[in-house]
Amino acid sequence: MAPGAWTVTGIRAAVAGGDLSAREVCAHYLDRIAATDGRLHAFTTVLREAALARADEVDARPLLGVPIAVKDVICTRGVPTTAGSRILAGYRPPYDATVVSRLLDAGAVIVGKTNCDEFAMGSSTEHSAYGPTRNPWALDRIPGGSSGGAAAAVAAGQAPASIGTDTGGSIRQPAALCGVVGLKPTYGRVSRYGLLAFASSLDQIGPLTWTVADAAAVLQVLAGPDPRDATASTEPPPDLSRLFPGNVRGTRIGVPRVALADGVDPEVLDAFGAALAMLSDRGAEVCDVDLPHMQYAVPVYYLVAPAEASSNLARYDGVRYGHRAKLDGAAAGVSEMYARTRSEGFGAEVKRRIMLGTYALSAGYYDAYYVHAQRVRSLIRNDFDRAFAAVDAVAMPTTPTPAFRIGERIDDPLAMYLGDVFTVSANLTGLPAISLPAGLTQARLPIGFQLVGRPFDEATLLRIGDALERDAPWSDERPPAFA
Amino acid sequence: MQYETVIGLEVHVQLHTRSKMFCGCPADYQAAEPNTRTCPVCLGLPGALPVINRRAVEYTVLTGLALNCRIPEFTKFDRKNYPYPDLMKGYQISQYDLPLALDGFLEIDGDTQLGLGRRRIGVERVHLEEDVAKLQHFPGEGYSLVDVNRSGVPLMEVVSKPDMRSAEEARQYLTLLHSIVQYLGVSTGNMQDGNFRCDANVSIRPVGSQILGTRTEVKNMNSFRAVYQALEYEVVRQREVIEDGGAVVQETRGWIEEREVTVSQRSKEYAHDYRYFPEPDLPPLRIGPERVAELAAELPEFAPQRSARFQADLALSGYDADLLAGSRSMANYFETTLTLAATAKEVANWMLGDLARLLNQDHREIDASPVTPQRLADLLALVADGTLSTSLAKTVLEEMYATGGEPADIVREQGLGQISDTGAIEAAVAEAIAANPKAVADYISGKDTAARFLMGQVMRLTKGQAQPELALRLVQEGLELQKTRGSLEP
Repeated sequence: MAPGAWTVTGIRAAVAGGDLSAREVCAHYLDRIAATDGRLHAFTTVLREAALARADEVDARPLLGVPIAVKDVICTRGVPTTAGSRILAGYRPPYDATVVSRLLDAGAVIVGKTNCDEFAMGSSTEHSAYGPTRNPWALDRIPGGSSGGAAAAVAAGQAPASIGTDTGGSIRQPAALCGVVGLKPTYGRVSRYGLLAFASSLDQIGPLTWTVADAAAVLQVLAGPDPRDATASTEPPPDLSRLFPGNVRGTRIGVPRVALADGVDPEVLDAFGAALAMLSDRGAEVCDVDLPHMQYAVPVYYLVAPAEASSNLARYDGVRYGHRAKLDGAAAGVSEMYARTRSEGFGAEVKRRIMLGTYALSAGYYDAYYVHAQRVRSLIRNDFDRAFAAVDAVAMPTTPTPAFRIGERIDDPLAMYLGDVFTVSANLTGLPAISLPAGLTQARLPIGFQLVGRPFDEATLLRIGDALERDAPWSDERPPAFA
Repeated sequence: MQYETVIGLEVHVQLHTRSKMFCGCPADYQAAEPNTRTCPVCLGLPGALPVINRRAVEYTVLTGLALNCRIPEFTKFDRKNYPYPDLMKGYQISQYDLPLALDGFLEIDGDTQLGLGRRRIGVERVHLEEDVAKLQHFPGEGYSLVDVNRSGVPLMEVVSKPDMRSAEEARQYLTLLHSIVQYLGVSTGNMQDGNFRCDANVSIRPVGSQILGTRTEVKNMNSFRAVYQALEYEVVRQREVIEDGGAVVQETRGWIEEREVTVSQRSKEYAHDYRYFPEPDLPPLRIGPERVAELAAELPEFAPQRSARFQADLALSGYDADLLAGSRSMANYFETTLTLAATAKEVANWMLGDLARLLNQDHREIDASPVTPQRLADLLALVADGTLSTSLAKTVLEEMYATGGEPADIVREQGLGQISDTGAIEAAVAEAIAANPKAVADYISGKDTAARFLMGQVMRLTKGQAQPELALRLVQEGLELQKTRGSLEP
């Protein structure tokens, strides 16, 4: 299209189609103004720098037009953000979370908020006050949790990507059970400002996608320093676009065999072994590593996370926002209002964890429970640091079993908690971790393969993940009912 | 039975930073409309996170240094958990076991009535936390209002050791602490506005006993005087309880100003379990020795030292020196004026006399004085070189204060220069003598005071501008001449 013939509709089509960049168009017109306005004097002010900067902004929108679903524990301005809880029914935040602003600036389109276990506490999305989400691969089964809605949405093709949160496995586990990619970044890689806090030292926001390259693209937009989050790293993230195709020649992968000995479904173990073999065929070196304190990860997690949660959820008191219980009679005071509001507003699992956490922090028990758990947490981290002297990533199944039926474990919280055995270590240590699809069981239920990496080394996980994904026979599988 | 009083003070000082402790909201909430200094962070909205105000940390370290504290290299924030409608998050971010400053002291003169002299009062710790929102209650109406403006304002807490032995010693400690925070500029330290709050822990024990008695906490003392009175009252109350055979109950008592009594507020037996744990949203801080040294270099000379120097070097009286050193801006104004070539006594008199009077009338601080040190020095120079009499200078000062003008300009515009031209005064002398024959007669018959009267007349005739000494001399000469003439009369 010749410059002289440029029209609004022509430019729009050319820029959208990638034939022209916004900067090219802008520069052309600025040059024309410079060449002609001496004679015409049509302009009083020319915004050369500002216009070019704006054009660059328009060009640099890596997620332009990409629909994204956002887990309902992340603030979206003016849009209900319920945390899957009745206590925030209808609550509309007056601000966007940092991750949401970044997605919008990148041109993404937020298509909706996804269902989750209440306040992200759960592994099945059965604890949502708004009803459970179903697994697209088998509608009578759980999608996993707490980011069950986010995983199911991607698996069923409702959105090409979603963002979830992971405190003890809540991105990776549902990703595994729904057959998609789920990435928990290093603690501090992504800002938590605007994330309704569950456990402040464990929470992280991350992407759920069909492919590893997609996960990298979304992480690139989410990651980076944020002056509003004092726990976010001040280092800018690396360029993740040059990782693909992923090459694993010489990459060392460690397996904590002892941890896999008990309680893992045989089909999960088989899929795990097959994935390792595939990577080995592509040049990776697989060896054993010893993580002796990993056996304490679940008990440590179930002391530290509820303790922090009991404090983080204290603000839901009915005074300023959310549900407030109706009181009968003027005799009722603030204490009664608090008690009734929170009894009515919180579900059973949340109440369980608040009580556990309050107990672990209380006078006389603080040292024996909370402090002790935090100390063991350091030991778990030391194990991984030692392992990373010899390997580049640690591999484990994401979950011990594929998706169980809705209702199957709802009355057995402990059984539910024990399912987190492979995921909680990454949260306790702050290390990045990814769950990758690794095939289906006989019953056509997805299985996840997990990698844990060095701090801020998401790149290695993405590289290995891409290598596994390429030519993997299961990569084109889709849930039959939602293909 | 003789009893000894044991008092410890906890003082909360609101820091004079531009923004709040953990967010960017303006910290100046006093005059703002309710709920206009808020954001998701200080409102405790879901998803909000705190970020540390660096200046507040520096102010606290400076205060710790001024109180002779140790500044540990490693410090952190902790959550203090309890539910109340004025606490937005359901927890207050404070400091528990690793505060910013520890183990300091202040030197007070001591309560001489108890035979106690100059000694150190221990400062246990200085730590940093956030203030809470303000509640307004309407008894009987069935609702209360919350103003969140104050939520998140930085609060520095100074905890003393229980080293004070009387209300007088508490008053001395408080006054000195107040002076220090004002001098540092870390707080305006205004008790009435609520930025300098004092709670006291009081107990008594038999003299010689090493065991502490049961203590009560006394709150709601809103002035230094209230602190003094409340402590005096509480000590007497506790002694009477014990002498009546009872035991002091550990509780919180509020000072009721109107009735001048303390009243039980709630029992402290079930002390709230705050479940302190390290704040996971904020990284711990490392304040290295280099940074501490940099901050220590910023410490000014405080009031007691400055006053002592004024007395020693400038021969000012203790009273004047204390007043001038009382605030950092006063002391700076004073010293600046001195560098502009004036004498200490002169400047002191004018600052503490006429200038203070004018400032007080307007409730102005010396920083806001239209009479700058330069202008004051110029005015004093005009007095020194004889251009102005002291009383005329006072008039000029009033004009300077009202208009912000230069003294020389005012003198010129109003023709106020002292007349020292003999001839001009002689005319007035002649007129005064001619108009007051009785005074002349009095003088001749021996009443020397008549000369003063006539001098007054001369001053009136010259609109106060005659140089007084010269006028008196000329009057006396004129009267002597009259005397001589009179004696020459046949």
